[in-house]
Amino acid sequence: MIPLFLGITLITFVVIHIAPGEPVEMQIAMNPKVTAEARERLRKFYGLDKPLYVQYAVWVKKLAMLDFGRSFAPGNRPVVDRIKERIPVTLSLNIIALIIEFGVAIPIGILAAIRRDTLFDKGMTVFVFIGFAVPTFWLALLLMYLFGVKLGWLPISGLHSMGSEGFTRIHWFLDLLKHLILPVSVAAFGSLAGLSRYMRSTMLDVIRQDYITTARAKGLPERAVIFRHALRNALLPVITLLGLSVPGLIGGSVIFETIFAIPGMGQLFYGGVMARDYPLVMGILVIGAGLTLAGNLLADVGYAMADPRIRHGKG
Amino acid sequence: MTTVKESFFYQVFWTRFRTNRFAITGGVVVILLFFLSLLAPYITPYGPDDLDLFHVLMPPSSAHWFGTDDLGRDVLTRMIHGATISLKVGFVAAGIAVIIGTVIGLVSGYYFGWVDNILMRFVDIMLCFPTFFLILAVIAFLGQSIWYIMIIIGLTGWMGVARLVRAEVLSIRERDYIMAVRALGAGDLRIIFRHILPNAMSPVLVSATLGVAGAILTESALSFLGIGVPPPTPSWGNILTSGKDYIEFAWWLTLYPGLAITVTVLAYYLVGEGIRDALDPRLNR
Repeated sequence: MIPLFLGITLITFVVIHIAPGEPVEMQIAMNPKVTAEARERLRKFYGLDKPLYVQYAVWVKKLAMLDFGRSFAPGNRPVVDRIKERIPVTLSLNIIALIIEFGVAIPIGILAAIRRDTLFDKGMTVFVFIGFAVPTFWLALLLMYLFGVKLGWLPISGLHSMGSEGFTRIHWFLDLLKHLILPVSVAAFGSLAGLSRYMRSTMLDVIRQDYITTARAKGLPERAVIFRHALRNALLPVITLLGLSVPGLIGGSVIFETIFAIPGMGQLFYGGVMARDYPLVMGILVIGAGLTLAGNLLADVGYAMADPRIRHGKG
Repeated sequence: MTTVKESFFYQVFWTRFRTNRFAITGGVVVILLFFLSLLAPYITPYGPDDLDLFHVLMPPSSAHWFGTDDLGRDVLTRMIHGATISLKVGFVAAGIAVIIGTVIGLVSGYYFGWVDNILMRFVDIMLCFPTFFLILAVIAFLGQSIWYIMIIIGLTGWMGVARLVRAEVLSIRERDYIMAVRALGAGDLRIIFRHILPNAMSPVLVSATLGVAGAILTESALSFLGIGVPPPTPSWGNILTSGKDYIEFAWWLTLYPGLAITVTVLAYYLVGEGIRDALDPRLNR
């Protein structure tokens, strides 16, 4: 864990510092009156006058104490605070999307596997391929056009309507829900295809196993064979996938958060990148990778809980 | 040098691939796109940058099949020229990813021990990053250029290939024929490139095809966000950016480029899956 995390910080630091140009230049470009002295003062203020390895050491030492430095943006607020206020939005949006995604993809995959080569299976295969190929941002635009512009049923930007502070609690919640429908469906659709396909192939693998033949041979009804014997084993690898899907979800949040104007981490990152806000960008990269690490760890624990072979060390 | 055994292998492969209707359809689309982008300057009636401020945001008509954009440029023309960009990015990025992934996978699988350990930890670390964030940051900081885009997409997309190749090498290196060549005195390099790599090619081929599709998608998303292919060079992604701005008045700016991306990516996926199915011994029935 710790070496992995150090590796993450090192790559983040190197990647960000490969690029030519310094953040100070951005501020100078906007203000032609800055003198050479003022420029040096700025560089000193941000610690940019020291050699790179010193800058890295200082940065990592601060990271260990959860100090991500101060944002370059006006106000110079601590990066941690800026990220903290954005994380809940992105995280809850992605968790809702993940639940919907798994809730839809798992039954689809299982059904396609049990009814292999039927019309349903073939139809699903076609749907899955199209799902792979459709760019999420295009899907977002189409849904926006259809439900937002043409039909006018759903709001297309932000999380709340104007004046939502004055709403009653139920009204406020319904308003939020309405705003969430489009972004959540787009986020969930992103990996729906891959997941249902994966579910189908693990289910097919399991059905071919000897213990399934045994279960059938001893005369169990098909229902019990599928749900009690096959399904449990087929679901195991999906737990791992849960952990692996974290970086994709976080990465995807840039796209739908900018399209739907949702104040989350993706939008913050995009803004930070555009303004060359180094501490902010590095902070989000580290936290994003850290979230993935946490996701993988959770998946490992979940796997151990679900699979007695691993729990008892016989895997 | 084609031995009898090799030609038999290709025959079996081709027979399986040919009978897969999805794969053949994908292949035909891929080839058509190639010709379309090669012939782009000759078959389009307008130039990709021809402004026509009297015909701005015109809906599809017989003069402009896919309508015009906010500067009066012909959308179909720009899309055909955009195909060239997409294919270029797709192939170069996937090529870079496949080469890096294959080399790292070969080295890691062949030399195992601490070399393998270090390389695989590196893969683990790279896999932790939300790739799209990484690409976004690097390109925005380096400056927009189609070359940076291809290189960065390639540099962040090799990990899957490395893992696949390594797994394949691990099983191949224990086979008897590798022992036999080693006993005959072949060096490491010869064993790796002459005897292991050709037998580990199937996952590489599949990842390369799927990688092209993935790179096309990533490029279009980047261009859509305004940090991809710099305008005025047309790309499917940056046509969609103006599609977003004018979504209330000009649906054609959004519909057609998106369809083009979907069809292209779908075609590469189908070919990739077709190759996988044709090579996968588990599907032997």
